[in-house]
Amino acid sequence: MTWLTWRQLRAQATAVYAAVLALAVVLAVTVPRLTRLGQGQVSLFDQLTRSDRNLYYAGIVVLALAPAVIGAFWGAPLVARELEAGTHRLVWNQSITRTRWLATKLVLTLLCAAIAVGLLSLAVTWWSAPLDGVTGSQRGSLPSRLTPIAFSMRDLVPVAYTVFSVSLGTALGVLLRRALPAMALTLAVMAFVQIAVPLWVRPHLLPPTSQLVVLGRDTLDSIMADDTGTPVRIGVRPAHRGDWVLSQQTVDSAGRAVALPSWFNSCVAPPPPVGVASQRSEAPDVSGCFSRLTAEGYQQHVVYQPVSRFWPLQWAETALLLVLSALLAVFTFRWTRRLS
Amino acid sequence: MTAVVRAEGLGKRYGRRWALHDCTLDIPSGHVTGLVGPNGAGKTTLLSLAVGMQAPTTGSIEVCGGRPAASAEQLAKVGFVAQDTPTYARLSIAEHLELGARLNPRWDHQLARDRVDRLGLDPKQRAGKLSGGQRAQLALTLGLAKRPELLILDEPVASLDPLARREFLQTLMEAVAEYELSVLLSSHVVSDLERVCDHLVVLVDSEVRVEGEVEDLLATHIRLTGPLRDVHALPSDQHVVSASHTDRQSTLVVRTSSAVLDPSWSVTALGLEDLVLAYMQAPDESRASRALEVLR
Repeated sequence: MTWLTWRQLRAQATAVYAAVLALAVVLAVTVPRLTRLGQGQVSLFDQLTRSDRNLYYAGIVVLALAPAVIGAFWGAPLVARELEAGTHRLVWNQSITRTRWLATKLVLTLLCAAIAVGLLSLAVTWWSAPLDGVTGSQRGSLPSRLTPIAFSMRDLVPVAYTVFSVSLGTALGVLLRRALPAMALTLAVMAFVQIAVPLWVRPHLLPPTSQLVVLGRDTLDSIMADDTGTPVRIGVRPAHRGDWVLSQQTVDSAGRAVALPSWFNSCVAPPPPVGVASQRSEAPDVSGCFSRLTAEGYQQHVVYQPVSRFWPLQWAETALLLVLSALLAVFTFRWTRRLS
Repeated sequence: MTAVVRAEGLGKRYGRRWALHDCTLDIPSGHVTGLVGPNGAGKTTLLSLAVGMQAPTTGSIEVCGGRPAASAEQLAKVGFVAQDTPTYARLSIAEHLELGARLNPRWDHQLARDRVDRLGLDPKQRAGKLSGGQRAQLALTLGLAKRPELLILDEPVASLDPLARREFLQTLMEAVAEYELSVLLSSHVVSDLERVCDHLVVLVDSEVRVEGEVEDLLATHIRLTGPLRDVHALPSDQHVVSASHTDRQSTLVVRTSSAVLDPSWSVTALGLEDLVLAYMQAPDESRASRALEVLR
C-alpha cells in the first residue's frame, strides 16, 4: 500500500520539495550579507534594502499559504478523487481492509506534507531570526516573532497547521465525495482558521499577563488623535521588546478605564496632523504632561503575552491543532467505513 | 456442496426505497452463476453487499464462509470486477500488476504476465489510454491473478462491443476451467449469460424471482398454448409464471415437474431468454395491485 500511495503522490511531492529546495537556496545565498550587516554599528533595519524586506515578507506569505494549499491539493483529493473515478471499487477489493488502506494513505501523505513544510519553516525561521522584531533608529520595524503576523510562520506551528489542513481536506473530501468542492472548502476553512486563531484563540491559550505601566517619555509609543486632532488614546511600549500586546488602556487612580482628562489636549498642543499616529521620536516634548498624568494617578493598564512565552505558545497551539486533526481523522475513518 | 454466497432475508434500503428486499439465496460453489434482471432491479446492490462495499439494512450475507470484507483474509477470497471496470487512468498496465502483487498475498504473477502478453497489451501503456474492452480485460486480469475462491463481476460486458464481449466471456470461461473458481456475474442481457452460466438468479423489482441450475430451470419450465381459459383452473402442480391472452388463445409459461396431461395444450420447450423474460413479465401480486391503484 505504501508503494501505491507513493506512486499516487510522487509527482506532487516532487514538485513541492523542489519548490522548498529552491526557496531554501535563495535564502541561503542571501544569509552571508545579512550576517555582515548585523555585525555593523548601525541598526540592521536601516540597512535593509527593499528586496531584503520583500524576501522577509515572502517567507511569511509562503508559510501562511503552504498549509492551506497542501491541504487542498493533497488532502481533499486523497479519497475524493478515488470516489470520483470509481477506483475505490478496485482498491477496496484487493486483499487490504479499507481502514488499513486509508491509514497508509493518510499517514504517508501527512508525513510527506509535514516534512516539506517543516523544512520550509526551518529555512525561513533560520533566515528571519536576525530580522524578527528589528526596529529602525528613526522609524519602522519588522514584526516580532510573537505577533500574529509572524507567529504561525515560525518554527513548529506551520507543521501543525499543515497536519490540520491535510486532515481537514481529507475529511471534507470523504464527506463531499467530490474533490473540487472539497478543495475550495478546505481553502475557505483554512483562511478562517488562520484568522480566527490569532484573534480569538491564541491570546487565551495561556492566561495573559497584565501590568500597570507608568506613563512617561520613555514608555510612550504613540498618541492617537481623533479627526479633530484631540488626543484620545495613549499607547505605551511593551515591557520587553517582542511582547505581544493584546490590549491597553489608560486607567485612573482607582483602576477604572477612563478617557484622557480634558487638559491633556491643550498640554500636548500643537496636535499632530489629523488622523495620523504621532511617532514618539517626532512628538513634541510632552514630559510635563506625562508627569502631571502620573501625579493625578493615571496609569496604563497593559494586557500582553510576554516574549518569553513564544515556545509555550508554540507548543500549546501545536497541541491544539494536532488534537483537532486527530478528531478529523477519527471522523474520516468512521465515514469511510460507511461509503460504498 | 458448500455455498459461496448465502443470504438470509437480505435487504438494502436507500432512503425510503428498497433496492433489495428480503433476498434469500444459497449459491453453491463451483458454478458460474448469472444474476439477471432489468436495469434497476437491484443487481448491483446485491453484488455490492456480496463484496462488502455496502452493509445490509436487514438480514445477513455470507460469502465463502465469512462476512464480506470483514478482514484482509476474507477480502483475499473474493475477487471483484466492478461496473465500468474502473482502473487508475495514470497508472500503466505494469503498475496495475505491481499494485495487485503488493496488495494480494495470493497474487499469481505468472498468470497476470501471461494474460497481458496474450492480450497483446504493452505493459508500459497507461490504463487511461486503453479501449473499453482492453480496460475490462485488465480489470479481469487483476481479479483473476488475485486467485480468489469467488470472482464477482458486475455487468462486465455492458459497455463492450459484441466482439469484445465475446472475447471477454471467452477468457473468463477459460479461466474458470483452469483455476476452478466460482463466478457470480450480473447482466441485463440474457444472451450474454446463456453461453457461460450453469446457475441462474433472476432478480426483478428488488426481489429474487427464481433461482436454480440452468438445466433444472429449463427442464421444469414449459410454454403452453391453447384455447382461451382461466389460469386458475390449472392443476395444482403447475405454477403460472406468466400468462398472455388473446380473444381465442392463451399462452402460459408454467413451472411444473410433472408431465402436462391436458391434450388441448400444445407444449413447447423454453429457451433461457424466454424463461427469464417470462419472470420479468410475471403477473406479480404486488404489481397487479399497484396497477389497480393507478386505474383508480
